[in-house]
Amino acid sequence: MPDIIFQSTKHFWPEITLALTFIAAMIFEFATKKRTTGTGILVLLGLAAALVQLPSAPSEPVSIFGGMYAIDPFSTFFKYVIIVTGMVVVLFSFQSQELKKESGHTGEYYCFIAAVTFGMVLMTGSSNLVMIYLSIELVSITSYILAGFSKSLRRSSEAALKYVIFGALSSGIMLYGMSLIFGLTGTLDLSGIRTALASGHAVTTGWSFAALMAAIVLMLAGFGYKVSVVPFHFWTPDVYEGAPITITAFLAVASKAAVFAVMIRFFYVAFFDNMLASTGVYSSFRNVDWSMILAVLSVLTMTLGNFVAIWQDNLKRMLAYSSIAHAGYMLMGVVVMSNFGLSAIMLYFVMYFFMNLGAFYVVMVIADKIGSENIDDYRGFGKRAPIISVGLSIFLISLTGLPPTAGFVGKLFLFSSVMASQFIWLAIVGVLNSVVSLYYYARVLKNMYLREAPDGDESPIVFSKVTSAVVILFIIPNILLCFFYQPVLTFAQRSIAILLPGL
Amino acid sequence: MNFPFLSVITFLPILGMVIVLLLNKERTKAIQTTAVVVTGLQVLLAVVIALGFNASLPGINNEATMQFTERLPWISIPQTPWFGEIRIDYFMAIDGLSMPMVVLTALISFLAVFASFSVNKSIKGYFVMFLLLDAGMMGVFCAIDMFLFYIFWEVMLLPMYFLIGIWGGPRREYAAIKFFIYTLAGSVLLLLVMIGLYFTTVDPATGAHTFNMISMMHPAENMKEGLFATLHSTPRMLAYIALFIAFAIKVPVFPFHTWLPDAHVEAPTAISVILAGVLLKMGTYGMLRISFPIFPEFAVYFQIPLMIFGFVNIVYGALCAMAQTDFKKLIAYSSISHMGYVILGMAALNVQGMTGAVMQMFNHGTITAMLFLLVGVIYDRAHTRGLNEFGGLYNKMPLYSFFTVIAFFAAIGLPGLSGFVSEAFVFLGAFQANPFWTVLSTLGIVLGAGYMLWTFQRVFMGTLPEKWEAVMSDVSPREIFTLAPLAIIILFLGVYPSPALNMMTTSLDHLVRFVKASAPAGQAFLGGF
Repeated sequence: MPDIIFQSTKHFWPEITLALTFIAAMIFEFATKKRTTGTGILVLLGLAAALVQLPSAPSEPVSIFGGMYAIDPFSTFFKYVIIVTGMVVVLFSFQSQELKKESGHTGEYYCFIAAVTFGMVLMTGSSNLVMIYLSIELVSITSYILAGFSKSLRRSSEAALKYVIFGALSSGIMLYGMSLIFGLTGTLDLSGIRTALASGHAVTTGWSFAALMAAIVLMLAGFGYKVSVVPFHFWTPDVYEGAPITITAFLAVASKAAVFAVMIRFFYVAFFDNMLASTGVYSSFRNVDWSMILAVLSVLTMTLGNFVAIWQDNLKRMLAYSSIAHAGYMLMGVVVMSNFGLSAIMLYFVMYFFMNLGAFYVVMVIADKIGSENIDDYRGFGKRAPIISVGLSIFLISLTGLPPTAGFVGKLFLFSSVMASQFIWLAIVGVLNSVVSLYYYARVLKNMYLREAPDGDESPIVFSKVTSAVVILFIIPNILLCFFYQPVLTFAQRSIAILLPGL
Repeated sequence: MNFPFLSVITFLPILGMVIVLLLNKERTKAIQTTAVVVTGLQVLLAVVIALGFNASLPGINNEATMQFTERLPWISIPQTPWFGEIRIDYFMAIDGLSMPMVVLTALISFLAVFASFSVNKSIKGYFVMFLLLDAGMMGVFCAIDMFLFYIFWEVMLLPMYFLIGIWGGPRREYAAIKFFIYTLAGSVLLLLVMIGLYFTTVDPATGAHTFNMISMMHPAENMKEGLFATLHSTPRMLAYIALFIAFAIKVPVFPFHTWLPDAHVEAPTAISVILAGVLLKMGTYGMLRISFPIFPEFAVYFQIPLMIFGFVNIVYGALCAMAQTDFKKLIAYSSISHMGYVILGMAALNVQGMTGAVMQMFNHGTITAMLFLLVGVIYDRAHTRGLNEFGGLYNKMPLYSFFTVIAFFAAIGLPGLSGFVSEAFVFLGAFQANPFWTVLSTLGIVLGAGYMLWTFQRVFMGTLPEKWEAVMSDVSPREIFTLAPLAIIILFLGVYPSPALNMMTTSLDHLVRFVKASAPAGQAFLGGF
């Protein structure tokens, strides 16, 4: 036993580092009550320390802690996205005025960011139902606290409460699904479930097929809640709008990445294609068109996200709906469940990281300046704050998916993966959706450039040099990745290896 | 490697854009000078390219006879076990089809810069957008790799949106977003077909999938399996239709035309000039460069419907033009009518019709650019474009009237002016293909003469209203400078069209033969008509 632990720990250092960071940050916070930025820096260093250990992860999938946790290139890729997002969010938080108003608590805030990052990283590698549940709960509970962090803001508290209630419900649903699966297969291990179903070791009574179906639907609903797939998306706009914007950005990128990782692992390892070999009652599994079910969810998600976004006046809320739509696009990659689809999702996450964090950053600094996230208040910004406006325009164009931006390449590969698997109708719906999305993204451009400030005010709004520098730092990859995405794609292609049983 | 002419001519505006960005926005003169110099150099380069262009090489589907070829590996991701190699080339080249368009783009952009001098709102931003647009347009006509083509195709949208949206007329917001959404809806269809073609086409040299348009034109060798591999199959038909819609929106072909009048009326003069002069041609160019040679069997199959679209455009555009009281709107609808001739000519699928079509693309570019410049002249003075508000301008502005006469009669298709040559070729070709629709289409000429002459009568004949007595002055030297080159080209090509015709006939003849040869005779859609 200790042998297994030692063997496993060898690969587990990034996670251990994150856990230590969380503990150290808490102790530091207790010891030095006032130096809140210090906690942030400590967390930043901890995340960086975890990040630098990622490249030394083994290139072949490894199962550790007796099958509880998988270290494979697939999870490593998502760990990169999550940890880097965590670091960027910490950096954003240093600058956020919104958080500074909550005097005295910001230290805890950074501790929780470390905790939530830790949880998300665990999610990417969990290969056991209990482990999946625990890591999701670690992330959820910390996110509830973070969402409600602006205690003086009513909408923040409302967001946290909604998040708790919806989140608890979804966890419950998922847990029920897990218990059904455990009951049927007698194992919590993902590859064990696969083997049990395929080899006929699973319980087979008349109702077991129906029970398994129900279990999968419940699991899907649980995951769906977390990535805000329609019809489980209702919490998203309120939480995204109410939470501090740094947290919104974190949820929109890192949380989505983590849930996508765990969802893909769950379906890929436990249920896909092994069902072709299954016998007995489970053989009818073959006839269930999972791709079609996911495709329908994907279409619903992107269409609803895009159409509802048209009516939003608050940019943060609009970005919330847009992130729902983007979850829909990314689901397309899950639909095809091919290596190509997986690499397309991964590529998309990298692009999404740059465009979405850029957009949220601009919304944050503008809100700090003018105290509003309302799109109408952006009128005349093109002249008054040129760099910031150009930045936001590029991020939004990237989110639309037009060349010459990173978003185009992301979409190109997603649509390509769908086309390659002959899901042509899905691709058509996808591209038409991006036409719809242009309308609301362009509305921001319209307000910034085509309209004058209401009182004819043309005095420049001055942003600090740091702010401009950050915006430019985000613009560069957004343009560059349209032309030189080769390294990212190569990396994504190399990272598709998921730990599978017997492989 | 030789001097990369095409890259330079395409990316020169980007360089200009960077220079403009670095200039202080107060330095109006410097910004304008940069734009003049950059587009001027572009014209110079276009002339050099045209002089070095060998008109006897066909190009189209023959890679070896494309000219000024530049080919560099751009994105190259080595083979993975589950997915083939990804290779995208930076591949620029021209042939007889794109050569006239390159010249046209350079010329119109250069003249439009001068027409832009009347812009007085955030000049820096205007020229940044203008130059970006210029680069996009030029790139579309030079790109042979479809991925590259698509990027250039889309890069233009955003500057156009801002150019109409910021510097346009009262309803500019509506016009700008309408243009944006319409064209994007078209281009996403192009994107899907492009992806489908990519997965079907294999470059035999590398064994990898390719975006090379020329490889896509050889289905027998390069398309062994995949979505679009089987000739005459439904996916290929749908792809042809999707491409048709994508390009038809740009042309614009009825019923996808409604963005055009709005965009034209609201856009500032120089942008209307670009829009009519170059942008619309990208639609028909796309059909000739992509739809026809890649899906030749459906170019033949849908020949008659395409002719009918041409006919409808000609007559519908002309009838709408007749009903207009806004000078700019009139010309916008006349553009729809004149682009109908292009469609009719290419639908003829013979060398006369095709030559007429490409010639008409060039001539319409110059004539309509001139017409929009002429509208700009009176709008700058009177700040109205109402046709019924004018009269008797002939006496007041003789030189202006002289230019107008040239442009109007060229648009009508009077012999001796360039418009005649192209229309004659179009009808010559189309008549051989289908006399019925061709004869009906000639109605467009009558209607064209009707609205043009009626307009001329309303604006230039009669008596000049009192209120214009003071403001209407004849064309300024700057305006003459923009109008005169176009007038000269129109006159010159009307009398002696051979230089332009020679440039394109070899390629177009090759295109026609190739399309017909690779589409074995089969049933045609609406063949009985």
